[in-house]
Amino acid sequence: MPQPLFGLKHLFGIAGLSRDQIESLVNMGDEFIDINSRSVKKAPTLRGRTVINLFFENSTRTRTSFEIAGKRLSADVINISASTSATKKGETLLDTAQTLAAMQPHVLIIRHSVAGTCEFLADYLDNTALINAGDGAHEHPTQILTDLLTLKHNIGSIEGKTMTIVGDISHSRVARSHLIAANILGYKVRLVAPKTLLPSHVRNYGCEVFHDFDAALEGTDILYMLRVQTERLTDNCCFPSTREYHEAYGLNMQRLKAAGDHCMVMHPGPMNRGVEIATNVADSMKSLILEQVEHGVAVRMAALTALCGGATEE
Amino acid sequence: MTDVLITNGRVIDPANHIDEVCDVWVEDGKIAGVGKFEGEATHTIDATGLIVCPGLMDMHVHLREPGEEWKEDIESGSRAAVAGGITSICTMPNTEPCMDHAGIVMQVIARAKEVGLCNLHPIGAVSRKLEGRELSEMRELSRAGAVAFSDDGQPIWHAGVMRKALEYSSSFDFLIIQHAEEKQLTQGGAINEGWISTQLGVAGMPVEGEDCMIARDIMLTRLTKAHYHVAHISSKGAVEQVRAAQAEGLNVTTEAAPHHFALTEDEVLNFNADAKMSPPLRTESDRLAVIEGLRDGTISIIATDHAPHHEDDKRCGLSCAAFGIVGLETMLPIALDLERAGILSMSDLIAKMSCNPAKLLRLPEGTLSIGSAADICIFDANKQWVLDRAQLFSKGHNTPWHGRTMTGQVQYTLKHGRVVFEKGEIL
Repeated sequence: MPQPLFGLKHLFGIAGLSRDQIESLVNMGDEFIDINSRSVKKAPTLRGRTVINLFFENSTRTRTSFEIAGKRLSADVINISASTSATKKGETLLDTAQTLAAMQPHVLIIRHSVAGTCEFLADYLDNTALINAGDGAHEHPTQILTDLLTLKHNIGSIEGKTMTIVGDISHSRVARSHLIAANILGYKVRLVAPKTLLPSHVRNYGCEVFHDFDAALEGTDILYMLRVQTERLTDNCCFPSTREYHEAYGLNMQRLKAAGDHCMVMHPGPMNRGVEIATNVADSMKSLILEQVEHGVAVRMAALTALCGGATEE
Repeated sequence: MTDVLITNGRVIDPANHIDEVCDVWVEDGKIAGVGKFEGEATHTIDATGLIVCPGLMDMHVHLREPGEEWKEDIESGSRAAVAGGITSICTMPNTEPCMDHAGIVMQVIARAKEVGLCNLHPIGAVSRKLEGRELSEMRELSRAGAVAFSDDGQPIWHAGVMRKALEYSSSFDFLIIQHAEEKQLTQGGAINEGWISTQLGVAGMPVEGEDCMIARDIMLTRLTKAHYHVAHISSKGAVEQVRAAQAEGLNVTTEAAPHHFALTEDEVLNFNADAKMSPPLRTESDRLAVIEGLRDGTISIIATDHAPHHEDDKRCGLSCAAFGIVGLETMLPIALDLERAGILSMSDLIAKMSCNPAKLLRLPEGTLSIGSAADICIFDANKQWVLDRAQLFSKGHNTPWHGRTMTGQVQYTLKHGRVVFEKGEIL
C-alpha cells in the first residue's frame, strides 16, 4: 500500500486534524490549481491507484469534483450511486462497503446520510483509506478545505477574520466542520439562524450566535450562506415559509452592502436563488461561489494524493 | 439431614434485617434456617468470603419470545438471568404478538417453567397491541399471571387513555409502569440532546421528553389516586419530580437502570451504537441525580431494561441502530460500585434488587425468610473479571461494557434449592 502523506490514514473530518495537516492539504491543493487550468489536464501522480466514489445521497458537485480530481491525477475512478432504503440502511451500507473494499481500491469516498458512517466502516475495512464526502449533519471536510483555499486566494490569511454562517446550522455538516476549523486556525464564526435551526449546545464551540441577521453584518469578512432544505419547512416546523425566511435570513444586496465593501460571499451549493441568496448577490463580484467549485477539484486532488499518492512499499 | 447447606457466608437478607456471617440451610426447596447449623447435609457449599443473599429480581426485562427468538428466547434469557444471580424476572409485553392477551401470558409463563431456571412474571400490556388507544383486559391478564401493566418501549402517549388506564388499573389495585417519553419531542433522536449530539450532528432526545411526560403523569396520578411507576428513570428533572410526588404522598415509584447511574453520554462520542438506548445516557449531572435518588430512597429499585438485539440491528451506524443494551449479566457488578463508593450499604443495595421490587409487585420472592422458596444468590463482591461479550449467556451481545473489568461475580445461583448456576456454568 502507498504510504500516506501528512500522517493521514483517512479523512473523516476536520476534527482530529492538526493545523499543519490542514495547511498542508490546502497548500497542496493550491499547487494543483495549475493543472486544472492547463490545456492538457493530466498528471501521472495517481497512476495505478483505484478510487471508488460511493454516494448514498444525491450529489452532483461533490461526486463530480472527486471524479475529476481522480481522473486528472490518472487514478482509475469508479462511481457508485447506491440507494438507501428508509430503515435497514446499515446492512446495505456495511455489505456494500465490504464488497467494494474486497476489490482492493486504494480509497473509498463515501457520502451517507448517517453521521459517523466513516468511523463506523473503518472498524471493518482494514486496507482501504476512507474519505468522508459528507455524513449526515456531522462533517464535510473537503468542503472546508476548499473554502480555505478559496479564502487564501481572496483574503490571504484567515486568522482573526470573521465568518458569518447563515441558515440551517442544525442540519449542516459544513457549519460543524467550519466551527471546528475555526478553533484550529483561529478565525471567528458567527452563526445566524432562528432557534429552530440551531443545535442545542452550539455556543460551546465558542462562536457568537445571532437571530437577527442585520445585527451580525458589521465586522463580517465572509458571509457564508447555507442551503435551505425546503422539506424542513413542512416536516419539522423549522420556519413558516420561504418568503418569511428570505426576508429574515436571505442575503440581499442591501445586507451585502451593510456588511461592507471588503465582505465576500460563499455558498457550498447548490443554491436556492431567492431563498437564502438573492440572484444579484449570487452573481455579484463579491461572490466566490464558482471559485469554490473550481478549488474543490484541486483540494480533492490533494486529499487523494495525501491518502494514496505516497511512495509504495511492496 | 438437610438438603443444601451454605456455610460461613456473609448472609444478607434485607427483608429480615439480617447481615451476619452464618449458615443458610434448605429443605424441600425452601429456606429451612438461617443461623448456626448443626448436623449433616447432602450438599454443602462453602461460602467463606462470599455474600449469600436472596436470589435477585429484575423487574424490567425484554425477552424476545414469542416473535423475535433470534434476539433472545426464554431459555437464553433465563440462562443470562441466573448467571447474573437473578432468579426472578419480569418481562415486558412488547413480544410479537404482544402480551395483550391472556393466552400469550400463559404461554410465556409455561415456557419459563419448562426451562426451569428462574421465575418469570410477565408484565401485561396496558393497551391492545400497545397502540395506546384501547385498554387491554387487565383483569384477565392478571388472572393469567401478569404482575403489572406497561406498554414499555412505547409510552402511553394519549393523556385521556393514560387517565383511564390509571383509573381502571387502580380500581383493581394494579400497577401501571410508564416508559416516560414525549415522542413529539424525541422523534428522530438517537442520543441525549446536548453538546455531544451537537458535535456529532446526530439528532438528540432532550431530557424534557422524559420530564414533561412524568409531569403529566404525576398530575394524572394525583387525579386518579392510582399507583404509577416510572420505568428506567434517567434525568435529574425526573428524579426531582418523583421525589416531590412522593413527599406529597402520591403513590409514585421508580426504578433506575445500571447504565444510567454508571455511564454518561460520553460513551457515544465515538458513535458507539452499543451505548444507545432509550432513554439515552445523559449528562454527569443527571447521572449524579440518579445516584442521589438511589441513595435517598426516591429510587427504590434497580432494574436493567435488558434489551437484547441482533448485531445486524446494531451494526449500521449510531442513528440507525436499534435502542437497547443487555443487562442481566452485568447488573450486580455494576450495582456493587454504589456500595464500594459508600453510597448504599450492601443491605440497601441488595434490597433494591430483591425485596423492594418483590414488595412493589406483591411477589413472595426476594427474601430468605424461613419457609420461602430457596432462591439464593451467592457472590464474591471483590472478584475481578473482564467482560467478553462473546461469553455472555444472552443471545444479545450489545453491551457497552465489553472489554471492561467488572468487580463482583456470581459464584452460585440456587432456584428452589437447586444449584442452577455454579462458577460460570449453567447446571
